[in-house]
Amino acid sequence: MRKDQTLGEYLQAQGVSRRGFLKFCSATASLMALPPSAAAQVADALASARRPSVIWLSFQECTGCTESLTRSHAPTVESLIFDVISLDYHHTLQAAAGHGAEAARMAAMEENAGKYLLVVDGSIPLANPAFSTIAGISNLDMLTETAANAAAIVAVGSCAAFGGLPNAQPNPTGAVSVSDIIKDKPIINVSGCPPIPVVITGVLAQFLTFGKIPELDHLGRPAAFFGQNIHDRCYRRPFYERGEFAETFDDEGARKGWCLYKLGCKGPTTYNACATLKWNEGASFPIQSGHGCIGCSEPNFWDKGGFYNPISAGNWGSRDALLGAAAAGAALGIGSAIAARRRQKKAQETTI
Amino acid sequence: MDKNESDSELMSSLETIPVNVEAATGNVEPLLHEIRHALKRLADGEKGTTIDLRGLPLAPGEEERIEAALGEGEVRAELQALGPTLVEETSYPGVWLVTHRNADDVVIARMIEVTRMPEILMSQREDILRGINKLESELQE
Repeated sequence: MRKDQTLGEYLQAQGVSRRGFLKFCSATASLMALPPSAAAQVADALASARRPSVIWLSFQECTGCTESLTRSHAPTVESLIFDVISLDYHHTLQAAAGHGAEAARMAAMEENAGKYLLVVDGSIPLANPAFSTIAGISNLDMLTETAANAAAIVAVGSCAAFGGLPNAQPNPTGAVSVSDIIKDKPIINVSGCPPIPVVITGVLAQFLTFGKIPELDHLGRPAAFFGQNIHDRCYRRPFYERGEFAETFDDEGARKGWCLYKLGCKGPTTYNACATLKWNEGASFPIQSGHGCIGCSEPNFWDKGGFYNPISAGNWGSRDALLGAAAAGAALGIGSAIAARRRQKKAQETTI
Repeated sequence: MDKNESDSELMSSLETIPVNVEAATGNVEPLLHEIRHALKRLADGEKGTTIDLRGLPLAPGEEERIEAALGEGEVRAELQALGPTLVEETSYPGVWLVTHRNADDVVIARMIEVTRMPEILMSQREDILRGINKLESELQE
């Protein structure tokens, strides 16, 4: 697609009929979690949309977010979105390396100053700049330099959005999120470990379509995808209401598909679209596959006291665990339980 | 035993695990009532309604229950535009099931449209104009 072409002109040049375009818009509206009646609005906006430049930076991450994205329902809708964005820098996907790659980033920043979209996955280490560098440039320097002239930033994955796994205690690299560093740009947090691929493309489609950031929740996440918790949209919710719980992963309740709350499901406190959009081309999601939600789209999910402890046990372990810590503390002469309770209190204060 | 035989044995042994999922969201019947209300509005001359099935929490098997409840009607059309799209009128006239697939045959959107005719089936003005140009240039040759 040429840079001066609109998306409508590009699709027409590709021989896509108006009918095909309406189908594309209908699927895009669904992808963006917009009501079906918004398809016409999407069609009008997309017909005149121009190709935005996208710079993608990967910092302290496992590449799971890029894996998730490139495994999205590849052809047609999402690939068209990728045809019409200009992905000018993504060091995992691009062929260029070293100085050539950095020159492409600088050129894209200069040509599209104030207009490009910056996508970041991974957290940024502050303890020592040398913990993570690209072409000899620290993550912090690359982020601040590239963010300076970006129109908006999309923090993809829980590491970029909230610090994620690198930020888990004891956080040896001093990992922080994008929003801990950049304070003067609109930031969209697309959290998840990894995020649902169609949520990533949905947010990019939203920017492409309307040229502005979507409505966000209090954690900076798009409300269309993170507005409701997993529990409220879970098909196992009626079992919860009736008090029918699986107690172990192989008991009768588990075989009958009952609620996984007692097995540590974090659905009630986790906001994401897994229960409706699902994974692997809409095939299933963790709860449907028999495992509770681990709450991966929430801040500090890694430090919330164990994936298999029910939420009612608190963030820092069950009552039994706290009593156990008290016994150990008494034996050792160290107030482990006091320390545990202090951490719990601090966590509550942070949450509040 | 080669790998295929061992995979096949593993799969058949998985089937012996007594899993009997009895989940239901209870969303099927309310959805059918929503369709009934939308049909009444359509019959009264009001605008049609589109329901995005991706936006609803459904338990395994519930989408199939919705399909079975709606049944098959008189019209079934398939169009090829950026992958196949199947447009089926259900046994309730005015209630259509529209399934958009991409070029890899993966479902990308599924809608229930309560309308006299889904717009995707209608010839579009832009395509008609392009058709006129094509016909005129062919007649000039």
